[in-house]
Amino acid sequence: MTVVSSSLATTSENGGDVPASLRRRVTLSTVKEQLVQLSLFLCAFASILTTIAIVYILITESWQFFSHVSLWSFLTGTEWAPRDSTDPQFGVLPLLSGTLLVAFLSGIFGLPLGLLSAIYLSEYAAPRMRNIAKPLLELLAGIPTVVYGYFAVTFITPWVLRPVLQDLLGLEVDFFNALSGGIVVGIMILPTVSSLSEDALRAVPGGLREAAYALGSTKLDVSVRVVVPAAFSGIVASFLLAMARAIGETMAVVIACGQQPILTLNPLSTVQTMTAAIVGTALGDTPAGTVEYQCLYAIAITLFVITLSMNIVAQFVMRRFREVYQ
Amino acid sequence: MSLSVESTPDDIARRYFREKLFEWHCFAATWIGVVVLAVLLIGTIAKAVGWLDWQFMTSFDSRFPQNAGILAPLLGSLWLTVLTGLFAIPVGVGAAVYLEEYSSDTWLRRIIQTNLANLAGVPSIVYGILGLSVFVRMFGVFGTAKPDEAALKVLVVSLGITHLRIPLPPLPLGPSLLAGAGTLALLVMPTIIVASQEALRAIPPSIRHASLALGATRWQTVRHQVLPAAFPGILTGVILAMSRAIGEAAPLLMMGALMYVARAPGGIDSVKALFSGDPGFEGLMKAPYDKFTALPLQIYNWISRSEDRFQNVAAAGIVVLLVVLLSMNGVAIYLRQKYRKKLRW
Repeated sequence: MTVVSSSLATTSENGGDVPASLRRRVTLSTVKEQLVQLSLFLCAFASILTTIAIVYILITESWQFFSHVSLWSFLTGTEWAPRDSTDPQFGVLPLLSGTLLVAFLSGIFGLPLGLLSAIYLSEYAAPRMRNIAKPLLELLAGIPTVVYGYFAVTFITPWVLRPVLQDLLGLEVDFFNALSGGIVVGIMILPTVSSLSEDALRAVPGGLREAAYALGSTKLDVSVRVVVPAAFSGIVASFLLAMARAIGETMAVVIACGQQPILTLNPLSTVQTMTAAIVGTALGDTPAGTVEYQCLYAIAITLFVITLSMNIVAQFVMRRFREVYQ
Repeated sequence: MSLSVESTPDDIARRYFREKLFEWHCFAATWIGVVVLAVLLIGTIAKAVGWLDWQFMTSFDSRFPQNAGILAPLLGSLWLTVLTGLFAIPVGVGAAVYLEEYSSDTWLRRIIQTNLANLAGVPSIVYGILGLSVFVRMFGVFGTAKPDEAALKVLVVSLGITHLRIPLPPLPLGPSLLAGAGTLALLVMPTIIVASQEALRAIPPSIRHASLALGATRWQTVRHQVLPAAFPGILTGVILAMSRAIGEAAPLLMMGALMYVARAPGGIDSVKALFSGDPGFEGLMKAPYDKFTALPLQIYNWISRSEDRFQNVAAAGIVVLLVVLLSMNGVAIYLRQKYRKKLRW
């Protein structure tokens, strides 16, 4: 209604060559449209602001840290002892090795299982089976990580690892150990790998499968030698995203792997991951603003750079894969 | 490919065997996660038996395992979910509408889209650091004063007969519910945006064309045609995102929310407390500025206590948390299945 009345009003004012009905008019309604569009744009822009804020905070705070501790000694130091009153050490390697050890162990469990289940869901399972299995796998992804941590310390270490590895094989298993964390994080990333890889496998055109069957292949040949290679980049991307998740995982490893920054590759030993060190620093009574506290930001920016680059590589790989079959 | 032209029956038998073996492996891989999870859940429930009772549901935390209860974190999580939803859902859906319905394929849109994918991969603990700086400390702009409930400034609005006392937010927010909800909102925003985008994309363009052809403006088309059609899909995504927010502990841990809390936010621990004068409405207004604990935080707190019986208390807490989450996930899955069947344009 506003449009009609105001158009009548403007016709007499400025009649040009263009008919009045085609002229762009400023009315209450168009202003409202513009306002709506602007506010929706601001909503979308909020996500950019979030990124800017994260990067700004991490860089400014860790800048202060690196003005006290050199970047080189941070990246190559083999001892992490920020609270040592006489000679604090800020070498990130023990934390990095802890993180990578847990991520590696979780990858050993999570990646092959995830890929096999993706092959099953995409190539073997009947639709009915798929409809049951997929939601169940999604539920696995919905379990909070603090619960996985509880599983690791209450069941996996005392009921599985200690009886088998310590009592049977005579290996020493710490109460908090990297392996139990790796196992639960592996279960945690399984749904990520499974669902992303399955998407990639299903995107492989049926013609490729049919061609292979026509040559006398079995389903195994088709799956392993045709479909998986064809979806390889998508699978790699899912692996990268899953590993990035494993590296950034916090609560499960804080609970399962302990808080001892030990530079070791022994999966049965206590380790401290980067995320656990951040939590440990934040929970401790270190006053904000000191170097012992700012080291938290230095670890966080390291973690951020690692996970971000893995994500970017994964997206790059995935985009290339999409170009192949569309 | 070992395709010999003349296959002996032996070869074929071997191939079939390999075939079956592989299929069986794939089958096992699919179910092993589910089975392990089921075993662990049964173990947890077994540990929780005898601890999960009415007293547990209606008590606050205690230093004695037999007296410990889950009321404060349960209410805290409820508050967090509501406030997080208030922040994240309008902004997230708005962003999705902008990206899908308004923006053309410009460099800006591509930047936002790439940025969203990256944000979704940022570890939750980094969001905790963000929340610590932005909400808890507010970059130190307002000093470091810790919010003290008694010191809350109150805005008195006179309504003629009665006065409305509205507490003003303390600056900086400190480890309050509002700061926690803000942090979680930033954390789940990418999930909500991406899920809503997918729901919007599933609406066929013909609906929009029909609406625009009838003279509706862009916003009218979105508001009255596209959004209602996409509603179930958006709702599913929102529920899944909110259930993620309920289970997150790391960001709240970073904000310094891990503490001994033996009261409900704003003192509202029952329906009666809400409607009686004390703490009543004023408590409701004060609650967002109150310190809090949440289900996963409280569970972590119990797990890290040295006394063994607290592991049973933690198990009981986990059962409560999982019941909440599973019912939310169940609703989401139900909605999606229902939506899929109805989707016939």
